[in-house]
Amino acid sequence: MKTIIVVGNGMVGYKFCEKFVSKNESKNFKLQVFGEEPRAAYDRVHLSQFFEKRDAKALELAPLEWYQENDIHLIVNERVTDIHRDRKSITTSTDKEYHYDYLILATGSAPFVPPITGIEKKGVFVYRTIEDLEGMLAYADEIKKNKPNCRAAVLGGGLLGLEAGKAVMDMGLEPHVVEYAPKLMPRQLDSRSSNVLQLTLEEMGIKIHTGKATNQILGNGVITGMDFGEDDTLEVDMLVVSAGIRPRDELAKTCDLEMGVRGGIVVNKKMQTSDPYIYAIGEVALYNQMIYGLVAPGYEMAEVAVNQILENHQAAMQESIDMSTKLKLIGVDVASFGIPYMPANKGLSIIYENKTKGIYKRINVSHDGKTLLGGIMVGDAADYSILHQMYLNNMPLPDNAEELIVGARGEGGSAFGSAMDLPDTAVICSCEAVTKGAICCSVLEDGNETVKGVSKATKAGTGCGGCKPMLSDLVAESLKSIGKTVKQSICEHFNYSRQELYDIVKTRAVQDYDELLDTVGTGHGCEVCKPAVAAIFASIYNETANRQETIQDTNDRFLANIQRNGTYSVVPRVAGGEITPKQLMALGRIAQKYDLYTKITGGQRIDMFGAKLHELPLIWEDLIAEGFETGQAYGKSLRTVKSCVGSTWCRYGMDESVSFAIEIEHRYKGIRSPHKLKGGVSGCIRECAEARCKDFGFIAVEGGWNVYVAGNGGANPKHAELLAEKVDKQTAITYVDRFIMFYIKTAQPLQRTAAWLEKLEGGITYLKNVVINDSLGIANELDLEMQSYVDTYKCEWKEAVENPEIRSRYSHFVNSEDEDDTIEFVSLREQKMPKQWA
Amino acid sequence: MLKAIEKYQPVGADQIKVWYKAAALEKFPKNGGACIKYKEKQIAVFNFTRTGQWYACQNLCPHKMEMVLSRGMIGEENMIPKVACPLHKNTFSLQTGENLNGSLEAIATYPVKVENGYVYVGFAE
Ligand code: SRM
Ligand SMILES: Cc1cc2nc3c(=O)[nH]c(=O)nc-3n(C[C@H](O)[C@H](O)[C@H](O)COP(=O)(O)OP(=O)(O)OC[C@H]3O[C@@H](n4cnc5c(N)ncnc54)[C@H](O)[C@@H]3O)c2cc1C
Ligand code: SF4
Ligand code: FES
Repeated sequence: MKTIIVVGNGMVGYKFCEKFVSKNESKNFKLQVFGEEPRAAYDRVHLSQFFEKRDAKALELAPLEWYQENDIHLIVNERVTDIHRDRKSITTSTDKEYHYDYLILATGSAPFVPPITGIEKKGVFVYRTIEDLEGMLAYADEIKKNKPNCRAAVLGGGLLGLEAGKAVMDMGLEPHVVEYAPKLMPRQLDSRSSNVLQLTLEEMGIKIHTGKATNQILGNGVITGMDFGEDDTLEVDMLVVSAGIRPRDELAKTCDLEMGVRGGIVVNKKMQTSDPYIYAIGEVALYNQMIYGLVAPGYEMAEVAVNQILENHQAAMQESIDMSTKLKLIGVDVASFGIPYMPANKGLSIIYENKTKGIYKRINVSHDGKTLLGGIMVGDAADYSILHQMYLNNMPLPDNAEELIVGARGEGGSAFGSAMDLPDTAVICSCEAVTKGAICCSVLEDGNETVKGVSKATKAGTGCGGCKPMLSDLVAESLKSIGKTVKQSICEHFNYSRQELYDIVKTRAVQDYDELLDTVGTGHGCEVCKPAVAAIFASIYNETANRQETIQDTNDRFLANIQRNGTYSVVPRVAGGEITPKQLMALGRIAQKYDLYTKITGGQRIDMFGAKLHELPLIWEDLIAEGFETGQAYGKSLRTVKSCVGSTWCRYGMDESVSFAIEIEHRYKGIRSPHKLKGGVSGCIRECAEARCKDFGFIAVEGGWNVYVAGNGGANPKHAELLAEKVDKQTAITYVDRFIMFYIKTAQPLQRTAAWLEKLEGGITYLKNVVINDSLGIANELDLEMQSYVDTYKCEWKEAVENPEIRSRYSHFVNSEDEDDTIEFVSLREQKMPKQWA
Repeated sequence: MLKAIEKYQPVGADQIKVWYKAAALEKFPKNGGACIKYKEKQIAVFNFTRTGQWYACQNLCPHKMEMVLSRGMIGEENMIPKVACPLHKNTFSLQTGENLNGSLEAIATYPVKVENGYVYVGFAE
């Protein structure tokens, strides 16, 4: 049995192992791996995600058991210190010696730290390993304690530097990026695109300093600033150096392997170093006089080395390696492919620039106009994958090449047809080298009908994830070609979309969740299908969450929003935001009685926080006695209809917005929908009620009401669209009735009206036709269904406090009257708040 | 003092010293859970009415250390019975306690039996 030793358990070293054990012939080899880092290989490409989750395990490429199962002897936390070529062995930092038949050097690279005076000061970091990030986080926490507005700079405005810039911003520090060149991403972008990018980043709050050579790091032992010469300094509390990488070729020096003048271990196209028993792969390998700082070429190198060792001698690296890149995470699209920019004698460029929108696109085309040579996109890289594919596959260009970037997009159709036009050999996923042919075959011949299934079978999309949009296009198109559509099944228990389930429940008059599962589902359900089905039952039968309580989502089950510490909030309805002084006092009294924290919400009402489970029915009993009803702040249902004061008091008011808001809030209260619904009514176009940020909104104008639909604030703000102009109140209500009913019947679970309308084929024009012109002939049905909702409303909290069976659900223990004694509060501005998480 | 989470150690079938008579069967919602108190512990007990199975685990979610698991939705994933924490929907196997959709530490599970209309939970002390 022969022994292969892999030095380095990084991304490429790991890939070597994965590819090696997948081959049959590998059984005759013993695989021994050394990694210097304290943990097994992880996804360095997505290192920045560590800031969000702080979960190193989530980044892991394979768990330790995987190495065991595959008989790979992995030793972490152990550096290889010497290679003895004469006796084919290595020694490690613990002075142990191991023999090899083949040696794989996958030692990667280290951040380049320029020799600037003072760079060793405390507070200066590099950005490469999980430990680096942990160090940065701990340091940031510490400096933030003593100073409110700390600043962090990143030295280097390349791909990685910008990613680091975003990371320090997410850490709550004021981000600065310092670049030596006169522009950002000097290697990938031309000056104009760099400018556009700079403007966008500055708008996001990242300060950019280009053309700055750093002379010195200031501070007494601890960094306090950077000195650019001539009295030009920048005060900073932390610095992240991201000034390029240097291959970790120190081992090659210990044994005289051939190296490049500026470092890197020289390899041939078989990935062999100058010693045929030693291979180098990944960021340490110097191939064609270049170091490739990306995973895709590294993975290809791993594949070549595996094949060479298994005596598949044809396997070799390609001559030219694609260095196209798309920047991730930072919140602005940036991509470049092929030759991003070139002088006019080499090719012709077509440039589209729109500074107001922060968009720049450039493509470079050969002189005969037939081939795409490369390009840049900033601000909108939606077409990057397809352009990149056209470039890689040398595909013919349309007659008007400019259509590729300014094309008829948006007005239906693009200049380049579909992903299906690509040749079968086109590599879609470059990380895992999966071709279009392999993806389509996985769908058509192996019967994988979901993106997830295809991903699992082919590994496409499991690397950097950049190919996912194209992957899902290909899956969808392949299915279409055999007359199938992509199933939007809600989970493993129901092979149906929400709309299909809605129809099934309705037409077969299914009575409860169990019956639905028994008739058209499999297994026993989960936390995804249960609340989705609960919402369907609620919409069809207008039933409250009290009937099938255990399939309800957290907040619906106990008719209250659960808070950080497991207590609940209480929000009574205050329709239109109008409240009498007597009711206000009642709220105050009750909140005081139960020691609740109170706050005016962004929805014009009052939220009372900190109620323990067993207190909820008691509080609601008191509230109901004062004439309040549930405000459904939980539940996917109507929240609030926000109003401005309107013509009753306001000197500009065109109509009574408060009266209208109250009327409409009472009309729609309690209706369950795919997502929550919010409304607004403004008395004039000054729009103080922000009606155009709501799912439905009315604005009083000369001669009637303007009706807006499908807007929202939240995570993806969108202004509502005009549905009808200057209509009377009754007509306005009818239109919105129909709009809401149509939405309830056809939307996906948890899809708000704006997202729904965006996906609705034909958009607002189609919606107008359905709602106003009754183009589907369903208006009458929609009207009746809405009226039946309105007629069958009941306050579910009243139901809950009056029904002993429901009421008994509100106790912390079923075997004891005790309260939960683990809940602790601390005081806050004369009120209270949950004790912080430990 | 013991940190809250250290109170909960899984109990295997062979370690049961006490079968604690927790409460009458009908106190537990169908296809759902409820919390019981045993000495200093809070234990979530789940009634999988569809399969006739019962499971129990610590009520404490290891994610943010809140006493909430009994209020979570139950379900099944690849035949493994599970509970989803009501706060952030981390899911845990009710057989092994393992965190199914992440890498939180496992929760402690306990044996349950139903006899003469009463639900019993097995403890090692
Ligand atoms: C209390 C309140 C914040 C405040 O102190 O003002 C609030 C609190 C919560 N919001 Fe909100 N939102 C509140 C007004 C808003 C607003 C402002 C508004 O309505 O004018 C918005 C943006 C407008 C919009 O929705 O279009 C808003 C956008 C969200 C979103 C994002 C929705 C989206 O489509 O992106 C969520 C998350 C979700 O629903 O999935 C959310 C979710 C939540 C939840 C329910 C999160 C949760 O599950 O625990 C919070 C519950 C607190 C509680 O227990 O009551 N909240 N939330 C406001 C209650 C209003 C009310 O009286 O009911
Ligand atoms: C923040 C960040 C973002 C990135 N984003 C992208 C991206 O979007 N797209 C992309 O293609 N690439 C990206 N990269 C680059 C990508 O991570 C690297 O190309 C890839 O990790 C190279 O793999 P490697 O195995 O050659 O090196 P590494 O992953 O660095 O692995 C080398 C390993 O060898 C170990 N080692 C070194 N010397 C020894 C020794 N003597 N003994 C034992 N062990 C040793 C090291 O500790 C290390 O664990 C990014 C990198 C970073 C840091
Ligand atoms: S914005 Fe976020 S934190 Fe604030 S109430 Fe809404 S959901 Fe909670
Ligand atoms: S507290 Fe349980 S998932 Fe967060």
